[in-house]
Amino acid sequence: MYTKEVEDHLANPRNAGELIEPSGTGDVVNQVCNDRIRLTLHIVDGVITDAKFKASGCPPTVAAASVLTTLIIGQEIERAAQLSRNDVIAALVRLPPAKIHSAVLAIEALQGALDCINNREEVSGAKK
Amino acid sequence: MTASMKVYLDNSATTLVAPEVIESMLPYFSGDIGNASSVHSFGQRAKAAVETARRQIAELIKAAPSEIVFVSGGTEADNLAIRGIAEAHSATGRHIITSAIEHPAVLATCEALESSGFRVTYAPVSSAGVVDPQQIREAIKDDTILVSIMQANNEIGTVQPLEEIGRFVRERRRAGASNLHFHTDAVQSAGKIPIDVDDLGVDLLSLTAHKFHGPKGAGALYVKKGTRLGKLFYGGHHERDRRPGTENVPGIVGLGRAADLAAQELSERSDRMRGLRNYLEDSLKQRLTDMKINGDGAPRLPNVSNVSFAGVDGESVLINLDLKGIAVSTGAACSSGSLEPSHVLKALALTKEEIRGSVRFSLGAFTTQAEIDYAIAVTVEAVKRLRELAPAAEESARASL
Repeated sequence: MYTKEVEDHLANPRNAGELIEPSGTGDVVNQVCNDRIRLTLHIVDGVITDAKFKASGCPPTVAAASVLTTLIIGQEIERAAQLSRNDVIAALVRLPPAKIHSAVLAIEALQGALDCINNREEVSGAKK
Repeated sequence: MTASMKVYLDNSATTLVAPEVIESMLPYFSGDIGNASSVHSFGQRAKAAVETARRQIAELIKAAPSEIVFVSGGTEADNLAIRGIAEAHSATGRHIITSAIEHPAVLATCEALESSGFRVTYAPVSSAGVVDPQQIREAIKDDTILVSIMQANNEIGTVQPLEEIGRFVRERRRAGASNLHFHTDAVQSAGKIPIDVDDLGVDLLSLTAHKFHGPKGAGALYVKKGTRLGKLFYGGHHERDRRPGTENVPGIVGLGRAADLAAQELSERSDRMRGLRNYLEDSLKQRLTDMKINGDGAPRLPNVSNVSFAGVDGESVLINLDLKGIAVSTGAACSSGSLEPSHVLKALALTKEEIRGSVRFSLGAFTTQAEIDYAIAVTVEAVKRLRELAPAAEESARASL
């Protein structure tokens, strides 16, 4: 049913956990199935230097969150912001059509974390 | 315990074929190849083998051999029973009673009949997963032609009070409801608990070989002598005109042998499976918090354990176990962002979270202590790891768009 990449990320999640004093946090829940992803990022000079995730839900949700961290660590935030659900699916090779929402949730968690950083920058910019 | 250990704990789905059963079937693939309807000696040997199997099945459920109709399996047996009664007795009534936790072979057949003008009452179950016989009694109306209640549930293993329901059915029949019939789907229970069709008071009983270490594709419907039953198929006079089609001789021989073995070893197998199942449940309870055994508190089959692990997704547990060589099943599948919960667990009034975290372990006659020890260790590790991976409940999350 699932690719070996999905199974591998479920069995051996990459970057699981939560960063202390993150630059940004994205925490999203799918209200229908209750799948949830919480993503924390460290940003230094516009680059994502570290990312960690926590997730609950079906196997592709855990796998999508896990693979997302591998896609964004080391990336400039502008480039990370351009990632789409298709990039997450491609990194997992394939998701069953009924599980595309897992990749969507991962991207929403990323957007949430990046929004959180932008908002902070705007606030700090306004103070200057 | 080794990483490469293969542990099959999905015996409610299907079972391995016992070596004695395979051996009994082999001659009928190449040597004794006759069509049981043929007059020549090949045909007569096949016919004799089919009749031996008929006696073996009859013995397992304490019926007469002439009351056994061979079919392709549980789904066909359920269809033949329900549609057969509906067709033969619709002139006297068009009401059927079943339960909310039946197998889809029963539920979907009843739903199909509803669309052709039958009324169906779906009796609820208690939170322990048991039908209330009094509710069945009250649901029986003058136009009720069939009560169909499974003997044991396929997801949680709860055993239903058939004797009591059978008494109510007989009571109504004595009071004049001569067209009232009682069917049970005994697909999960046959070969695992003792069955006596007279004690149960049933007119029809479905069973299938592959749930008790026989081959797939061979099942039987018990039809009490004198029961008028319509047909699903047309084209021959096999099985006393009840089920046309050339008999699946190797399958039927395997079904018979599997029934014979199950009958001989019933109490021994059942005691062993119950011991291992209880050990599995006790060990999980000792090592994990926040878990619930579904159907606990009701009489249950000895080989089934349906557990809800709070805070985890059953499918994630399933895949983690599968990667370690352990086969189980789950009652909930998340699909297109919606949760499609099992109708059985929904009928038990479990919370969405309990349904989501449900995992069914089902043991077979060949399950070993070492396999259960391995399954316990891997399950505990997987559930703990998935719980650690989950975001803390108290932190707030934004709703996904």
